Amino acid sequence: MENILSFIGENKEIIYFVVLSIFVGVEVIGGVPTVLHTPLMSGANAIHGVVIVGAIYVMLNVDPTDYLALTLGFLAVLLGTLNVVGGFVVTDRMLEMFKKK
Amino acid sequence: MSQYILEICYLIGSVTFIMGLKMMGNAKTARKGNLIGAAGMTIAILGTIFLFDKEVSGIIYGLIFGAIALGTIIGWSTAKRVQMTKMPELVSMFNGMGGACAALISLIELNHHYHTGEAAQTGMMIAIVAGLIIGTVSFSGSIIAYLKLNGTMNKPVRLPSYNVINTIVMIGMFAFGAYFVYTGGNMMLAYLMFFAAAVYGILFTVPIGGADMPVVISLLNSFTGLAAAFGGFLYDNKVMLTGGILVGSAGTLLTLVMCKAMNRPLSNVIFGAFGGGGESSGGPDVKGSIKDMTVSDASILLNYSKKVVIVPGYGLAVAQAQHVIHELETLLEERGVEVKYAIHPVAGRMPGHMNVLLAESNVDYGKLVEMDEINPELEHTDVVLVVGANDVVNPAAKTDPSSPIYGMPILEVDKAKNIIVNKRSMSAGYAGIENLLFYDPKTSMLFGDAKKALTQLVAELKTL
Repeated sequence: MENILSFIGENKEIIYFVVLSIFVGVEVIGGVPTVLHTPLMSGANAIHGVVIVGAIYVMLNVDPTDYLALTLGFLAVLLGTLNVVGGFVVTDRMLEMFKKK
Repeated sequence: MSQYILEICYLIGSVTFIMGLKMMGNAKTARKGNLIGAAGMTIAILGTIFLFDKEVSGIIYGLIFGAIALGTIIGWSTAKRVQMTKMPELVSMFNGMGGACAALISLIELNHHYHTGEAAQTGMMIAIVAGLIIGTVSFSGSIIAYLKLNGTMNKPVRLPSYNVINTIVMIGMFAFGAYFVYTGGNMMLAYLMFFAAAVYGILFTVPIGGADMPVVISLLNSFTGLAAAFGGFLYDNKVMLTGGILVGSAGTLLTLVMCKAMNRPLSNVIFGAFGGGGESSGGPDVKGSIKDMTVSDASILLNYSKKVVIVPGYGLAVAQAQHVIHELETLLEERGVEVKYAIHPVAGRMPGHMNVLLAESNVDYGKLVEMDEINPELEHTDVVLVVGANDVVNPAAKTDPSSPIYGMPILEVDKAKNIIVNKRSMSAGYAGIENLLFYDPKTSMLFGDAKKALTQLVAELKTL
């Protein structure tokens, strides 16, 4: 119990951050027309590609002689890039269709 | 100094994600919103690489740039080349990549931790383990979703009492994770956990039918967001936290909204929906008979109508008939027939997918009318042409309380003067229930593949 309380106390800023972000996420999506659900899902998909920032950070801290870590890190950055680039490009293609003629 | 600039980069990234998502909620600003998000992402990525404050060996930079270059080329060219009908599975694939990325980060962290023997705090260990499990589930689940949408795995596989098995496996995963955090774990166990999470992701997705995949992708999408957020917690990285949580909460809400449009609770989608219940009650009593129709009859009927409403569905998307249907529409308009498209919110069970498909084949955006607006007009419509749609026009949703789709809002096409239904065969729709519309005296069936039937229809119309 004390552990949990001290954890909350030590990380209170992040906890505030998380709670507020959840509300922002819900608020931002509210009232979106159904027509835009698919592009929106795809756009959100591209945004969670931000995990690549973590992959790059890990990679920058890897010991250059640790080949296992280097390989996994390379893969992580590659997959993260696919998520980001593919995600934004495919969303753009979908939304391109919506321009009024 | 560079540290502060990096924090500002992350701040810019976070703000652009929020603004971008907000703008994507409006058809006018959506495209710009996506580009703003992409710009913010680029700033965050470049900042992470160039504002790092320690010495890094050249080989690592080489590998990072190599991976980014390779990923950009592959991602860009795949996204540019994919056909619009194949787009949902591509989104699923990209989502899986993000999940795998999060899982790999956790594996590297654990590897680093066991190599150096540095003690990790419990909070960090939880973040690492959670990132590993959630990321992996999202990865393997997305791959299954991809295969299902792809048609490679088109039958829902239902192991006996899979609900019980899945729940046990899920609880087992939790227990395993807790045990791992508690004991500190080792690399062997970490790989085992990766493997177990991958198996759970497969078990979770395999029983769900292909038509429900969009909901599942949206759910897995929010899982990946959550995994990214755990990474952000691990590195105290604000842009990962904002991006991850934003997608986590927005994705969850979007999933619920999609389910609501189908009038089905999420649990229903995940734990198997149209099982015994609806069918065991025997279904509706079928009265009357099916009336078959030839292509030439259909073309004459359409040609001499004043107003035609087209109801496109999943079958149209599968048959890739969006271009032919546009050709049909222009041909009829030239003959002075008023043509509109009635778009059900879950047409094709992919909200908004139908609009994207039809927009691709240059159908005027103004001709796509949403359900609530078109329903009152259907009374004055001469012919409704239903192409590859079934459940969304099933009158049982309004009249039969025992039907599994009872209460789902439908397109009231039975009010129109004539109805032409194009279907491949008499098999039931996704919900596995009879559609009384087909037995309506006003309904004529035009059997055949949507693309083939419509092409013949267009050819026939041209001779008139």
